[in-house]
Amino acid sequence: MHNLTIKQMSEKLQAGEITSVQLTQHYLDRISKYDSELNAYVTVTPELAISMAEEADKRIAAGNAELLTGIPIAHKDIFCTDGVKTSCSSKMLDNFIAPYDAHVVTQLKKVGMPILGKTNMDEFAMGSSSESSYYGPTKNPWDHKAVPGGSSGGAAAVIAACLAPMATGTDTGGSIRQPASFCGITGIKPTYGSVSRFGIVAYASSFDQAGPMTRSAEDSAWMLTAMAGFDERDSTSLQRDAVDYSAELTNSLKGLKVGVPAEYFGEGLDPDVETLVRAAIAEIEKQGAEIVEVHLPNKDLAVPSYYVLAPAEASSNLSRYDGVRFGHRCDNPKNLQDLYERSRSEGFGAEVKRRIMVGAYALSTGFYDAYYLKAQKLRRMVRDDFTNAFEHCDVIMGPVAPTPAFNIGEKTDDPTSMYLADLYTIPVNLAGLPGISVPAGFVNQRPVGLHIVGPYFSEAKLLNIAHQYQQVTDWHTKTPAQYQ
Amino acid sequence: MNWEVVIGLEIHAQLTTKTKIFSGSSIAYGAEPNTQASNIDLGMPGTLPVLNLAVINKSIALGLALNAEIGRKSVFDRKNYFYPDLPKGYQTTQLDLPIVGQGTLEIEMDGVKKVIGVTRAHLEEDAGKSNHGIVPGMSGIDLNRAGTPLLEIVSDPDMSSAQEAVIYAKKMHELVQYLGICDGNMQEGSFRVDSNVSIRKPGDPLGTRTELKNINSFKFIEKAIEFEIERQIDIIEGGGTITQETRLYDSEKNTTRSMRSKEEANDYRYFPCPDLLPVIITEEDIEAVRATMPELPDVKRARYVAEFGLNDYDAGVLTASRDMAEFFEALVAKTDGKDAKLCSNWMTSGFAAALNKDGLSVLDAPITAEQLAGMLQRIMDNTISGKIAKQVFEAMWNGEGSADEIIESKGLKQITDTGAIEALVDEVLANNPSQVEAYKGGQEKMMGYFVGQIMKASGGQANPGQVNQMLKAKLND
Repeated sequence: MHNLTIKQMSEKLQAGEITSVQLTQHYLDRISKYDSELNAYVTVTPELAISMAEEADKRIAAGNAELLTGIPIAHKDIFCTDGVKTSCSSKMLDNFIAPYDAHVVTQLKKVGMPILGKTNMDEFAMGSSSESSYYGPTKNPWDHKAVPGGSSGGAAAVIAACLAPMATGTDTGGSIRQPASFCGITGIKPTYGSVSRFGIVAYASSFDQAGPMTRSAEDSAWMLTAMAGFDERDSTSLQRDAVDYSAELTNSLKGLKVGVPAEYFGEGLDPDVETLVRAAIAEIEKQGAEIVEVHLPNKDLAVPSYYVLAPAEASSNLSRYDGVRFGHRCDNPKNLQDLYERSRSEGFGAEVKRRIMVGAYALSTGFYDAYYLKAQKLRRMVRDDFTNAFEHCDVIMGPVAPTPAFNIGEKTDDPTSMYLADLYTIPVNLAGLPGISVPAGFVNQRPVGLHIVGPYFSEAKLLNIAHQYQQVTDWHTKTPAQYQ
Repeated sequence: MNWEVVIGLEIHAQLTTKTKIFSGSSIAYGAEPNTQASNIDLGMPGTLPVLNLAVINKSIALGLALNAEIGRKSVFDRKNYFYPDLPKGYQTTQLDLPIVGQGTLEIEMDGVKKVIGVTRAHLEEDAGKSNHGIVPGMSGIDLNRAGTPLLEIVSDPDMSSAQEAVIYAKKMHELVQYLGICDGNMQEGSFRVDSNVSIRKPGDPLGTRTELKNINSFKFIEKAIEFEIERQIDIIEGGGTITQETRLYDSEKNTTRSMRSKEEANDYRYFPCPDLLPVIITEEDIEAVRATMPELPDVKRARYVAEFGLNDYDAGVLTASRDMAEFFEALVAKTDGKDAKLCSNWMTSGFAAALNKDGLSVLDAPITAEQLAGMLQRIMDNTISGKIAKQVFEAMWNGEGSADEIIESKGLKQITDTGAIEALVDEVLANNPSQVEAYKGGQEKMMGYFVGQIMKASGGQANPGQVNQMLKAKLND
């Protein structure tokens, strides 16, 4: 059942050939069987899933189902779920049960998608390997020695191992696209403001954006259609009419101008990854696209800019975890200062503490201009690079990450090299643009993704290109042997 | 030695919105702790602020009243610090781009006018409240107040005495209530004044200042500043130096004491709040507010003097609040503007006194402007005298009906019939032959005695003008 496409599942559900309860139980069984080795879920919610599936079946029987009604889903543990623990993979929130749903969760509940559970991630979404989770690292289903990427590593792993047909992710510096690349699945980060951030535990507010993580571009298009839309509870949510992101899937790629930035193929890029990415671009060229060279001269400013701005916002966003109202509180605090110091020291892991300190430093008196303001200037330069590039092309293509998935433990002692795993994805977040990772082959049995970036609101086009590519390739249909 | 006093005020005016600045929770005063604290006010993970747009027009109104620049692009910043009643670990406020820029407010002290600069006014959210001592050994946190919208109005250091500072504060207090943007309730903390006080020798640069916080009456503000000036003079003249610090005023002991010093101050790590978009204010937005602005107290006062011939004092009383002025203007209109002075007299004496006696505000008055106008009409057309009017007013105040009904039912109509008055005069003169002799012998003050007797005999209803006239005619025969 788990090898069906979402479209096939939906058709079978509507035709009454399978029920949502059966489908949901099938995934719950797979989770029981496989998740202990992958550690992709923080929380599994069988009772909730089955009761939601029963509701979905009623709705299907009543004939008012939507395409995704009855299809189970896994939510990244950063999305608040009413009555279910939302830990953000942190000890700080190990005891936190939100009394509300994130907007995205509400939207997908409305559609009738049973919730299988909450997926593992880097603590507070800070990381590129899911190793900083309080609950231990998630393993890459393609190779248990490898990381699944991060921060949405659990989500990517459950899709790759068929422990959920669809999953939500969030992408602050590449946290959907990089794990999608590492796990061989499709993941899209929409234009900043397309999907409400309400109820998503904040990491870096001006970057955070939620998106779908699925097998195919077609699946992502449907899911994004259900997730996106204006929400008055998020002031940065864009006031736009509802968009059908699947509307352009079947468009031809003839005449599409694909920009290939020379800077994305320079030093640091694994030659095998380059080969695969160039082959994928050639495949798209075969479908009638025109390849043009473009330049993103300030690409190298993106990572330093991001690692000032994101920690700065994080240092403030994470101040609310003080042991006073919710979350971890130390035992027997001697006084207020002790309560703060121990609750936070005990509740946060090393990477989170590192970013809070970096961020607080960048914002402090005397350093603000040199760090925060300078980083904002770099952010504008990086954004302007894209604006200029899009004068010469419709979309930009390149690698998602410089390498395939690296080994667990390989970079944990070297934060700078970990940060560089996101050098192609971070510029897109700085600019607030949409970007997608599409499976494009394997290097030593580890998947590699093609990165497609477009102008603001070009999600439908990105999904169209990815879908057309997936019509002539089968990388997105591959499943690791032991999870088939 | 001569010391020059330098005072600047920071006033927190709580804006009269129904809900908080970034959430839909009520800001009504006095609710049970934490019953007006939503997930947003609690700073729960994933919750986000949404600006209550009602605060924008209220801020623009103040800006216009102060002839200030309105921030066309206004940005919210985060001021980061840890405190248990600050749920998010930061206060959302405005640092570099406040909604109201440089403006002025004119005050008058001892007949001399002075322009006080207003540096800026910015929007921010209030913190919650820590209640110590309710639970033994612990502090209780009440977040009802967290997120209440405040407009912080910062003056230039332009005031040079405690008295001047209080005049400025009172004027601002009057202004925000006039504009309807703040209820001005100091006991409930809706209008809070922090004073920055320093001293220097004339011509010297500014001295080190101390800040006096949490004083909830004008009287105590004045006393606290006066005490603080003396304290600073004593320290400097004793060879010491002033520590920059926040001091609390103890009204029982009439002293100030240190609360926290600059050395302990936080680095607030301000930066623009990424959850809120900059507020863009257009010329049209400003003009729309301008069109709904009430006439401001200074303009109104001058108009009352020029248009109605009132004296400065009465004009001041009538414009002390917008409700009072509106009542007065309604009264003038309902009496067709025939005698604004009479309207003013009744407002500033009878009406104001009755309100005061019953502890009522203008809006709670048991009589309407229309009812009072009905009575004033009867004074103007000589149906009743000013003296009888006091009885009628009291009856009206007690809900006994309209002026005409009361005059009728109580038989208070003034006697204007010449024959009836003549009879009264004759009777009084006949009954007081010795006094008549005395008058004729040159004691003209007896006149008053006769008038009094006649009025008494008429039950106060004789027309006093006619009585005088008749009396003079008879006595001087």
